[in-house]
Amino acid sequence: MSGMLKWVDARFPLMSTWKNHFSGYYAPKNFNFYYFFGSLAMLVLVNQLITGLWLTMFYTPTAAEAFNSIEFIMRDVNYGWLLRYMHSTGASAFFIVIYLHMYRGLLYGSYQKPRELVWLLGMVLFILLMAEAFFGYLLPWGQMSYWGAQVITSLFGAIPYVGDTLTVWLRGDYTVANATLQRFFALHVIGVPLLLLLLVFLHIVALHKVGSNNPEGIEIKVHLDSQGKPLDGIPFHPYYTVKDFVGVIVFLIGFFAVVFFFPEMGGYFLEHANFTPADPLTTPDHIAPVWYMTPFYGMLRAIPDKLFGVVVMGGAIVILLFVPWLDKSPVRSIRYKGHYSKYALLAFVISFLILGYLGTVNVTPIKLYLARVCTAVYFAFFFFMPLYTRYEAHHPVPERITK
Amino acid sequence: MNKLVVYLFGVMSIACVEAASVDIEMLPIDINLKDKAALQRGAGLFMNYCSGCHSLRYMRYNQMAKDLGLTTFDGQLDKDLLKNNLIFTTASVFDPIQISMPEVDARQWFGRLPPDLSLSARERGTDWIYTYLKSFYLDKSRPFGANNLLVPDVGMPNILAPLEGEVIRVTQGERSDSSVNASLLLVEKGEMTEHQFDSALQDLVTFLAYVGEPAKLVRYRIGVGVLIFLGIFLIVAYRLKKNYWRDIH
Repeated sequence: MSGMLKWVDARFPLMSTWKNHFSGYYAPKNFNFYYFFGSLAMLVLVNQLITGLWLTMFYTPTAAEAFNSIEFIMRDVNYGWLLRYMHSTGASAFFIVIYLHMYRGLLYGSYQKPRELVWLLGMVLFILLMAEAFFGYLLPWGQMSYWGAQVITSLFGAIPYVGDTLTVWLRGDYTVANATLQRFFALHVIGVPLLLLLLVFLHIVALHKVGSNNPEGIEIKVHLDSQGKPLDGIPFHPYYTVKDFVGVIVFLIGFFAVVFFFPEMGGYFLEHANFTPADPLTTPDHIAPVWYMTPFYGMLRAIPDKLFGVVVMGGAIVILLFVPWLDKSPVRSIRYKGHYSKYALLAFVISFLILGYLGTVNVTPIKLYLARVCTAVYFAFFFFMPLYTRYEAHHPVPERITK
Repeated sequence: MNKLVVYLFGVMSIACVEAASVDIEMLPIDINLKDKAALQRGAGLFMNYCSGCHSLRYMRYNQMAKDLGLTTFDGQLDKDLLKNNLIFTTASVFDPIQISMPEVDARQWFGRLPPDLSLSARERGTDWIYTYLKSFYLDKSRPFGANNLLVPDVGMPNILAPLEGEVIRVTQGERSDSSVNASLLLVEKGEMTEHQFDSALQDLVTFLAYVGEPAKLVRYRIGVGVLIFLGIFLIVAYRLKKNYWRDIH
């Protein structure tokens, strides 16, 4: 075995890669619960790729057959129902994991210098993930698939002058139709996944260049031992491989509990209306996107002007890209930031959750008002960040990790 | 702006032609998919009363028969039992459950092709189907002499009327046109008692819930196995982690 290893190593940087990224890659020793979600995101990505590959073998991407082929998978393909539920539950799980992963970044200031690029690549990944989920959601060709895609693609019509032409160009037809389904299929199974994989690779390369942040926000590379190893760091392998493995099992228990016992998750993971084939002539009573898009959909609906609504919705995502430069705090972690940062983050999270809820229900005047308040709070978190992070009193950060 | 209104808000007001159901209180129904006798009775009821007009095009006869226990002592599909009791068309046992009514006729008689019911239980829920079937009443103004509280001016005749008996609508209060404060009254007994009829509907709904997702019969069982396996694996993984991390903190 070692002979073969030597042969490969003479021709490929095998041992050095292993050393640089696993056995000799030092990570802070104080990772907490939130630090499971990076590896879990990789796990879910692999799950989506593998189950997606098998689903592609049986799925027919045409308007006439798409819905039928999904039911064929659910009934006539051996364990097809399992593949499909793992894929559909995986989509929601992906967003749960990614939202917690992003929240972790906000909580501990993981975007601050020198990790701006890690954050930026992560944000591009988030946008790609939303595109991937949106394209995939059309594929079952149910009523909600169809009308959801109809609503979202119609948003491009709000762009002045070129809007309508652009919408037709995107759909490949005057409404969402067979042409739309086929291009969404192509983008879902090959276009976006390739970009996702590339970006995940770059995200990790960038992370390993600067090293992980930690809940204390203390830079572990400052204090090194005589061999140049961080005193507060431990090798990723075996310490974090065995620890992440526990996280993976706990995650899988939750994941498979949903897959086997509540794959529809009360209509949030698989919407009831999507069990009716797409019908361009019958608009469903209530159109709501899947839960992970609803905070942004809630903002869109809260704005009376279509173009402004689209700008606000897009802005809500784009503004996240600027966080590394909006945060002027000299400390990273929320543990050492002042009260204003804590309250701001709390208000931000609450408004995001309320918007998510409001995006799933019908609009009433009270709810519309609430959605506007929450949208304002969402943006205020970012707009005032340079002020409250700079002028608030922060706590002194210890030199070394003791907690 | 107009477009947005249409797409985002206006959609709620656009009445869909098929089954524009009104908000009346759903009658809850308990179903037990493990009850093979109920599934068989439900299948019998469906094939005798519903399958003339409603297909189950995603369900195959042989799969249904296997899941319902129409098998010989060695576990093979009992084709004769299936053919003699549940197949009333020229279909073979391997075919999906289709209707024999031509679409042209259906459109002439009912105005549209009666919907396929393969996924009705997943789309609307079992309570809805049960409530719908319990909400028919006599209405001489309708082409088939029957109307429905849940889906006003429904196109479907009350096919179960001989079993249920004659039901009329009684209204209380001023708003006599509204479904919400109307109630139904059985005035003449059918072939079944009220209790028997409810029980028969329960069987039918159980069968439709099974048809909506046949995998339900196996997925709970597999799920339990998977979770037990992962639970044991978790103990091993946690002890491994503990062991490695002993010297860290």
